[in-house]
Formats: sequence, structure tokens, C-alpha cells
Amino acid sequence: MKNFESEKIHIRGLIVTDYSKNYCHWNAEKSLAEWLEENEIPGIFGIDTRKLTKKLRSKGTMLGKIVYDTDDNEIELMDPNKINLVKEVSVKKPIRYEKGEKRIIMVDCGVKNSIIQAFLKRNITIIRVPWDYDFLQEKADGVIISNGPGDPKQCGQTIEYTKKAFSRNIPILGVCLGSQILGLASGADTYKLKYGHRSQNQPCMEVGTNRCYITSQNHGYAIDSDTLREDWREWFFNQNDHTNEGIIHMSRPFFGTQFHPEASPGPDDTEFIFDMFLRVIS
Amino acid sequence: MMIKRKKFKKVLILGSGAIKIGEAGEFDYCGSQAIKALKEEKIQVILVNPNIATVQTSEYMADKIYFLPVNAYFVEKVIEKERPEGVLLGFGGQTALNVGIELFKKGILNKYKVAVLGTSVEAIQATEDRKIFSKKLKAVNLEIPRSNAVSNVKEALNTAKDLGYPVMCRIAYALGGLGSGIAYNSKQLQNIAEKAFSYTEQILIEECLSGWKEIEYEVVRDCYDNCITVCSMENVDPMGIHTGESIVVAPVQTLSSSENFKLRSIAIKLVRHLGIVGECNVQFALDPNSENYRVIEVNARLSRSSALASKATGYPLAFIAAKLSLGYGLTDLKNIITEVTSACFEPALDYVVLKYPRWDLEKFKRVSTHIGSEMKSVGEVMAIGRSYEEVLQKAIRMLDTGMNGLVCNNKIEFEDLNKEMKKPTDKRMFAIVKAIENGYSIEEIHQLTKVNPWFLYKMKNIVDTKKRLAEYPFVKLPPSILKEAKLEGFSDYQIALITKTDELTVRTRRKKLGIVPYVKQIDTLAAEYPAKTNYLYLTYHGEEDDLNFKEKEQVVVLGGGPYRVGSSVEFDWCCVNSVRTLKKLNYNTIMINYNPETVSTDYDICDKLYFDELTFEKIFDIYEKENPLGIIVSMGGQIPNNLAVKFHQAGVKILGTDPSKIDMAEDRHKFSRLLDELQIDQPVWEELTSLEEAEKFAERAGYPVMIRSSYILSGAAMSIALNKRELKKYLKKASSISADHPVVVSKFIVNGKEIEVDAVANKGELTCFAISEHIENAGVHSGDASIVLPPQRTYLETLRKIKVVTRKIAESLQISGPFNIQFIAKENKIKVIECNLRSSRSFPFVSKVTKLNFIDLATRIIMGEKVPEVNFSFFDLDYVGVKAPQFSFSRLKGSDPVLGVEMVSTGEVACLGDDFNEALLKSLISVGFKLPKKTILLSTGPLESKVDFLESTKVLRQLNYKFYATGGTANFMKENGIESEVLHWPSEKKEPNVISYIADKKIDLVINIPKSAETKELDNDYIIRRKAVDFDIPLITNITFAKRLVEALRDVKLEDLKADSWDTYKNNIT
Repeated sequence: MKNFESEKIHIRGLIVTDYSKNYCHWNAEKSLAEWLEENEIPGIFGIDTRKLTKKLRSKGTMLGKIVYDTDDNEIELMDPNKINLVKEVSVKKPIRYEKGEKRIIMVDCGVKNSIIQAFLKRNITIIRVPWDYDFLQEKADGVIISNGPGDPKQCGQTIEYTKKAFSRNIPILGVCLGSQILGLASGADTYKLKYGHRSQNQPCMEVGTNRCYITSQNHGYAIDSDTLREDWREWFFNQNDHTNEGIIHMSRPFFGTQFHPEASPGPDDTEFIFDMFLRVIS
Repeated sequence: MMIKRKKFKKVLILGSGAIKIGEAGEFDYCGSQAIKALKEEKIQVILVNPNIATVQTSEYMADKIYFLPVNAYFVEKVIEKERPEGVLLGFGGQTALNVGIELFKKGILNKYKVAVLGTSVEAIQATEDRKIFSKKLKAVNLEIPRSNAVSNVKEALNTAKDLGYPVMCRIAYALGGLGSGIAYNSKQLQNIAEKAFSYTEQILIEECLSGWKEIEYEVVRDCYDNCITVCSMENVDPMGIHTGESIVVAPVQTLSSSENFKLRSIAIKLVRHLGIVGECNVQFALDPNSENYRVIEVNARLSRSSALASKATGYPLAFIAAKLSLGYGLTDLKNIITEVTSACFEPALDYVVLKYPRWDLEKFKRVSTHIGSEMKSVGEVMAIGRSYEEVLQKAIRMLDTGMNGLVCNNKIEFEDLNKEMKKPTDKRMFAIVKAIENGYSIEEIHQLTKVNPWFLYKMKNIVDTKKRLAEYPFVKLPPSILKEAKLEGFSDYQIALITKTDELTVRTRRKKLGIVPYVKQIDTLAAEYPAKTNYLYLTYHGEEDDLNFKEKEQVVVLGGGPYRVGSSVEFDWCCVNSVRTLKKLNYNTIMINYNPETVSTDYDICDKLYFDELTFEKIFDIYEKENPLGIIVSMGGQIPNNLAVKFHQAGVKILGTDPSKIDMAEDRHKFSRLLDELQIDQPVWEELTSLEEAEKFAERAGYPVMIRSSYILSGAAMSIALNKRELKKYLKKASSISADHPVVVSKFIVNGKEIEVDAVANKGELTCFAISEHIENAGVHSGDASIVLPPQRTYLETLRKIKVVTRKIAESLQISGPFNIQFIAKENKIKVIECNLRSSRSFPFVSKVTKLNFIDLATRIIMGEKVPEVNFSFFDLDYVGVKAPQFSFSRLKGSDPVLGVEMVSTGEVACLGDDFNEALLKSLISVGFKLPKKTILLSTGPLESKVDFLESTKVLRQLNYKFYATGGTANFMKENGIESEVLHWPSEKKEPNVISYIADKKIDLVINIPKSAETKELDNDYIIRRKAVDFDIPLITNITFAKRLVEALRDVKLEDLKADSWDTYKNNIT
């Protein structure tokens, strides 16, 4: 599991320009094609991915399908917006990862393995719970609302439990989708971005400083920082399009980042966010 | 918010001086961007750089330009005069950095209150001093190569045991790696160590990293501690081969994500720890079988790698670094390419970039062609595409060494293929191809070369595709295979060679089949945001163009390709100036060039930059898409010039002089006939196909003769034969002569004076011209000669004749644009040696000395503008300009530092002075010459040159120099009443010996005149010259030059050399 973020492949297809049929790396066990094949995920190469990017850039996120040697109509378009993606990828039952005395709840909206590893590495016991689980019944020092796919507004239950958690004053960290859930729970609004952030080179400014961090991101929705309530403030914003990249409560231990502090892949410039959270819970 | 920015009014920038191996055109690009960044802030910029051919020393760049040596002595003078508030040290390579450290140590910066902008001197020193560096790294637990100095065999064995075999065994203070080696086991180490301790007291046992991956990151940091990595690069040739000698790809290709980001984080940690502000380069070795790494080095300045990274990503590193040095934060600055996003980001690449080094090793006598830990390459090319195969083949063609790509080349013979792969030469990639063709497995090749199999598989793909292509005659070639070949970077010409047809047939058919390249932009963000970039390349991995080609009134300027011996930054200056004038005339400009070291490939020079091949195929592709008014071929040197006729035949519009006239000047037979018709004299010559004919011709014309061959086996393309024996020897050994490979033999004129004319004509009428005179007599290649403008010792009568002939040639060839003629003059008779209907190496020199931009005039004429004739006389110049060559012999171990008919210099400088002597000494000091203080070694060659130099010897005597001399010279001097101390020849192995005196630095200057212009010297002479170079002692090998130098030493002292800026030298030319 060390090199994987999840138990299985979550994409529905892979498109690349050029594919290297022969691989060579000391850590490699099989080729990309073999792995995709085992997981029954189609992949295609020889595509002008730049042309595709430009199309998506101007039209926004679109539905698509990989059609090869068959009639276009034979394959149905799958619309992920109509499915509760979080429900699909979340664990079904709580899982405990025993480590040190400090315990955190990991609300799994589609959590990346790296986030779990990042806290286990710091000797923190993790209780990983489903997205719609009433995590307040577990005894813990802090709560992390994880990353996950799709529209945060589809996570109604998570938002409700988060609101309740606010009243208990338990420290909460939201990552990516988790940050949006935090925002919605606090009374702010979210919206769909015209150009989603999907890369490992997103510059994020920390508000009130001259510090800018290069971050890993993969999201299509964002918090509208204009709708933040008075006791919340914007913590980070994107240096390119100035959209919200993080929120923080003025006096209480609640904060979230739109980017991924655990990186993987991408720069680990912001891993300090996890250490900040640990300081808050101790 | 904290503001750390201070307002500066005046800032000094140090350049890197002449182009040399290890310090090339990249610093013109760096300096130029820095100047622009400062000027944007309304800061007055002072530049010290004697490299007159650079763009940064143009009148529209820095506010004040000093064509002076970049050394502490002269820079202090400039500081004293200008009193700048700050200085930038990171934009002029190692030269500028070293001078900066020296000025700092001497307290000069402090004395004049000059702040070092950007990275502090302390931080620079931490990266330069190995001891401080390793201490600093250990403090933050970063790994560096482990090593231990030992003083006996037992210690050596123990150390090796700790490190693990194999180990590298280095002998301290041994020149040339003498006795160093790799030990794979204790027995081998014992052997090496025992031998070593027989003549040294200490050896260094170091872990052996050869074969590890070599990875580089370009890191940028601001004073607010924001830190980003702009580009990652991977060397295809792993550790053991200097990164300047390696093929380099960006981004990294064979690393896992975790390896890549681990190294990135370490690089950032390190840069923060060292406190770099601006730009720096971090080099790693990475174990190919684990995540173990070592930090190899940090360059706290702009470098060759950063220039490459900048051109590879489109991120203007030097510009940003200059702004950060002023105290800006990364987030304050815009991404200049997109103009919407911030400079604080890491570029995303949706393409792959490959750099290939350009070597010129055949030009140098006695130089080994092996590549290794020392840099020997003189330039580089960069290819952009969307697959590794595509960029590799493009890059090989870009080298302009006659290669058609990775495959389909003239046979290269390898005596021992295994050895060739184990001990690589500049031909290593072709050895690998040969091995693949001979059936070696990828694993076997990997074991021999240590090149990662991933790269080898890609090469095999190309070899396999070649095989598949060969199965069909062209008409039956399936379109799918044709397409596959184009995706893998095969040129139409390669395909034509394999399928036995011609280039245009391939072109026509593939276009019919819709197999065409597409134009893609480099936008730093992989198309994620819309960008207004002008940075373009062609690829077959695409389905649409990023452009819509709506622009009208476009003009294409073809660039100069790789820097190499004979073609360098001068042509880039011409291209940049031509584009500048075109812009002023309101044309939309298109530049095609692929040399990452150039200013012409900078983001803000032209309206569109095609970073692609200068081949008929690619230029034609661009021409068809862009539909420009025409192409200018006369700015980029010989590559574009050679394409003129072919383009003309294909119906492409060539601007300027008619291509048929270009052909007439280029074709030896046609040009000769023309000269005869015009009754212009030329040295007699003939094209011959057999040894007997050659001998007969030489008898008739009289020796010495000059031989030029079209097909070279080894050694130089040109040579001078003094007699029949030498003629035979050359034609048998160095070249072949046959009906297929004719040889041109011409009369060589002894003791002639070479004179050069750079001129511009308009429809055959001379618009302006400059006559420069060579200091050395004919026999020294014009690129290696020292040149003076205006001429000092040419008869007025000769000058008048030259002007008349120049007019005649311009008229008969109906020249419209730049041209250059080389003359040889003797006793008031002139002969034409060569004529090129393009700009020449000396165009920037004459333009800057006369302050009349020849390229601006030429470009206006080419575009049909009316330009009045500029008539000036040499008396209009109140000063003298001298251009001096820069040699890189010290970098090329074993090379014979002697001048001949083949060019061997890698760069040049030029300085101005009130008279010839001042300008000469300044330019000599600029190329590293140190004025002799006390002692001179004389070895003055054949009797006639001994006699010739006698007067000079007397002058030196009067100047109180002490002489050392070799036997014959000492005798001759004694006979003429001049005392000298006799030193034994190297071969005599007796003291006092020339060698030990050189090694002990008892000699300040070596004057060694070879016995003839060309014959292979006695080993003794060679050893003296070589030792002088190895011990950094000034060396003069040309008698004419030696005499002029003595005069200058007599009349001018170091203190007399004025530190005046360019604008203080006035002339009356308007």
C-alpha cells in the first residue's frame, strides 16, 4: 500500500499522449498497461492531450467517453454528477488504526492513503469512519474531514455532524472537500469553478504574509470567501485566480485547506499544516 | 507587510567575458535579462564585459558599457569612477562570481559601499568552498559523497571497507587525474594504493557514484523565503560524465513521483539553509536502485543549466532572479509568459525537452575524443517535442555535424564496440545504435554504458522503425508506418534514404496523407490557462495548431544554430539586431533557432519564436503555415546561408541578395570565374582528384600550398604543405583523394597580410563598409587572428584597391544586404580569398567600433527601405578597436595550443583604446593574458624568425626583462650580444629544465615560435606550449604578434590603460 492512495483505481479511463511500452524502475512490478488491465480500466494513447485540455479549459468540466473501434452510441455516457461519489468511495464501516494515545477521527469522504500514513507516522491513532457516520459518538482529540470527489453539497450528513462538532469545540481540520464541508457547516457557500484546479503546481498565498506555497490540488468546487461569517477568515488564496484555498476560525481550533498538505504526488511545502493540527490537539 | 525593497539608482553588472568552454552564450542571455529587469525599475545600469559580440553590450541595453577585462583590477577602476550602489555577481558565470569574491575579500566593495544584490558573498562562498559546503550540509543532515583522505594502504583498505566497493581512488594534487582509478575489490585497491604511495603521501578514497542517475533542479528563492523549483532535469549520461557533456532531458523521465519530490524538497531545504536569494542550481546523484541520494554541488548563480531550464520551461529565470535580487518577492512578480498568473509557481510541461552537447574535438590537435568528468563541448542544442524519440532525433540533426538523426548516417566505424560503450566518446549514442543493430540486448548495453534502459528502449524503437521502413519501397510504404516514423522524429530525408526515394517525394506524399506537424505553444502551464505566448515548436504528436496564423506582414529570420568553433554569439547579435530593425519597420517577426544559450531565443525578442530545426523540411513547414513575406538567410551564419539555393528552387521567397548570386559566391568554380571576368586577382587553385595531379599543381604553383579536402578521415579539413613530402603525407593520412572526393589545392602566400572587409550594399551599390587588418600574417585562420580597426599598417594604396574591388564585387553580384570579403595583401597587391554574401563574425565588432549598426542598415535594405550611403574615412575614428581571440586550450587536455589554418578559438573580445597599443593590451588582458613582470622564455623557432625577433629582444632587454632560452635561441642571442639563461629541452631530462621552470612559475611569459606554419612540431616544442597552458602562463606562438606585443609593452604600462566607457570614445561618423 505504501505507493498507493487507495485500494483500487478510481478513475474510469486514462488518456495520455505517448505511452512507454517498456518500463524500467527498481520499484516497478508491472507496467501501467498491465495494472490498468487487471483493474479493467481502459487507457488510450496517441491523443493530443493539449487539444483536449484546451477544450476542457474553455468549456469547463465535460462528460466524455473513450470510443475505440465501435459505434459511438453503443457506450453510454456516465454522469458522475448524478451519483453520490462520496458514498461510493467512503468506507462502509469504521476502521481503527491503533498507534499512540492521541486519537483522531478521520471522516472518510474518499481519503487518500497518504493522509492516513501522515498521521500514523506521527504516532496518532486513527478511527476512520464512513462519510455519514455520527463521529461524535467516538471519543477523540480531533477530527479530520478528508478529501473526496464531487460537490460538497451532496455531503449533507457530514455537514450536519460537523455543525454539531463545532459546539463541542473539538479541533477540526478539513482537507480539500473536507475544507468545503467545513465552510458549508460554518454557514459559508460553495460554488463550481470554471477552471478546476488539477495539478501539482498551484501557488497559494497565506493571507497577511508574503509567503506563497506550491501545492497539490484536485478539485472543481471552492468556498466563496465573500460568504464567510464574521468569526471566520480566509487563510489561503490561490495566487493565480485568487479563489479560496483555506479558511480558519478566528478564535477556535477549526481550519481547512483546499490543497493537499500530504502532497503525493506533488510538493510537500505545506505538510506543516498537519503538525499545526497536532499542536492544536495536544 | 514587510517591504525589504530598497530603491537603487545605479547598479553594476559583471559579464563573463569571451565565450570559452564552460562559459558560453548563456551569460549573454542572463545579463541581457538582468539589464532589462533593472531598467524597468529605472535603475541606471553599468556593465563591464569585453565580449563585444554580445547583445548585452549593445547601445540600447546597459546605460554605460565598459569593454574592459572582467578582473578585480579593472572592475575596481570602474567602481571608483561610477560609484554604483549595488552589484550583481550572478549573471556573468564563474568569472563574475570569482571577481566578486575577490573584490569582497580585498575590501573593495566595502570601501566603495557597493552592496552585493541577491545571494550574499558568504552564501556564495559556502557553495564554492568544499569544506564549508560539506559542513553546512552535515548540519542539516543532507548526504554528500563520502570520502576519506588516507596516508597508507591499511587505512585505504579500511576506508573502502566502510564505504563498500567499488571505490574511487583519487590522488591528491596529481595533475590530469594521473594514477586515479576505480577499485572494485580489495586486491585492486591494494594495487592502486601501493603504486600511489610510491610517489604521494596522501590519497582520497571516495565512494564511487559512477552510474548513479544525475539529476538537477533549478531553484528560485526570494528574501521572504518563498522557494520554488522551476525545472527538473535528468542526465541521460549518468554520473561520471560532466553535465555539460551529457544529454539532458527535462522534465525528469525515469524517476518515480516520490523520488522526484524527495529531491525537490531536499533542494529547497538546502537553498533555504544556505540563504540563496535569486536563482541557483542543485545537482544530485541518485542511486538507480534505491532512494539513496548525494548532493553533488550547488551553483549559487545563473548557469548553463539555468539557461537551459529557462528555455525549456519558458520561465524567464534570469529576469526573475534580477528582480528578486532587488528585494521583490516572487508573488509581487507576474508570470511574463501568461501575463495573468504569478511568477510564484512551478511550470508544467506538456512536452519533453532534450539538450545535446556540440563537440568540435576534431579541430584540436592531440585531443582525446573521450568524454568524462571534464567539459569539452563548445555548445549545445535543445529540441522540443512530445516524445523522447522525437526530440532525440531532432536534436541530433540540430547539431549540424552532418548527422541525419539517430539513424541513417554515414558509416561510423568503431574498432571495439564494447570499449566504445564502456569508455564513451562524443560518438557514444551512435555506438549504442550500432550495438542495438548488432543484436546486443538492452541489458547488455545498459551494463556497458550505465545509461538507463528506459532511454535505451526508446533508441531501440527508432532502430526498429528504421527496419520496418526498409521493408518497403516508398510507393508501397503503409501510411501507418510513415506516420509512426514521423512520430519518432524521422525526417523526410531519413525516410527517403531508407525507402530509396527523395526528400520532396516523401514530403508530397505525407502531406497528401495528412501527415503534417502541428504548432504547439510553450505556455508554462500546459494549456491550463490561456496564455499570450510566442514560444512555439512543431510536433507530430498533435491534431491541431495552437495558432490561427492570421498575422500579416511577417518576416522570418533564421538563427545561427549551435555555438561552435567558427560560429558563435556574433551571429546571434546579428539575428537579434535584424529582428529589432524589422520590428521598428512594423513587420511581425518570426525567429527560428534552437540554441538555448542565445538571446535570439528569448521570450521578448521576436513576435514568434519557433524553437525548432533549421532544416529545409522544418522551415518549409513553418513557411507554409505562416505564409510570411519572406525569409532572411543572411544573419545566422552558414547554416541558413547554405539553405538559400534549395529554398529558392522550392519557390520560397528569400529576402535580400538573390540566391543564385549567393550560390555564385559559395561555389568555388563560379566565384573564381567571376573574379577572372572582373580581373580581380586570386591565389591560384585547382580542384584535383589524384595525388599525381596534386603534386604537379604544387610544383607548378610553388610550395607552400594549402589543401582543403571535402572528405576527411581524421584531423583537420585544411592544411598547409611546405613540400612534396608533407603534401603526400596529408593526402594519405588525413584525407582521401579520389574522383568522388576531390581536393582543392591552392597557392599559399607566405608573409601576406590578411585584410577583412565587412560591408553592406544596396542593389549592388556599396552603402557602408569597414576595413579591418589582421595582426598576424596569413596562415592564421581569420577567426583566430587578432584584428584591428581602423587598419594601422596597411598602405593607403592597398586600402584604395580594396575599396575598388569591394565595389566591383558588390555590383556584379547585385548584393542587397550584408557581405564580407577576405583579402590577402602583399607588396600593394591584393588577392581575394573568400567572399560571403551574409553577415560575418566581425559584424558586431565593426558595428560597435564605428558605432554604425551594419545590421540595421542591411535589414532596412533587405526590406527595400531607402538608405543613404554612409561614407566615412578612418580618420573619423579618434580611437582604435582591437579584437582578440579567446582559446580554451586549458580545458582541452593535451591539445596543442598552436595556431594554424583551422580555427581553434572559441570566442573573442574587443577593447577600445586611444591607440593600438592600449587597445591591444586591454583585449589581451581580457582573454586572460597577464603582462609579464620579470622573466620571459624565448624559443624563437627557425632562423628567419630568430632574426626577425632580434630587435624586439633588444627592446625587451631595455625593459629589464630576464631571459630564459632554449639552446639554439640562446646561442643566437649570445652571438648578438644578448645574455640569457639556457634551459634544457623537456626531452633532455636535465636541470635547469624548461618544464620545471614553467611548473615553478619562474617564467612570466613564453614565446614559442613553431618551426613552420604547419608541420607537426617536435615533441619538445609541443610540451613547452602545453605546459605553459597547463600552468596558466601566457603563451605567444606567432612571430608577427610577438613583435607587436613587445612594442605595446614598451610604450604602455598597466597603469596607462584607461577605464573608459564606450560612450567616451567619440567619432564623426553620421
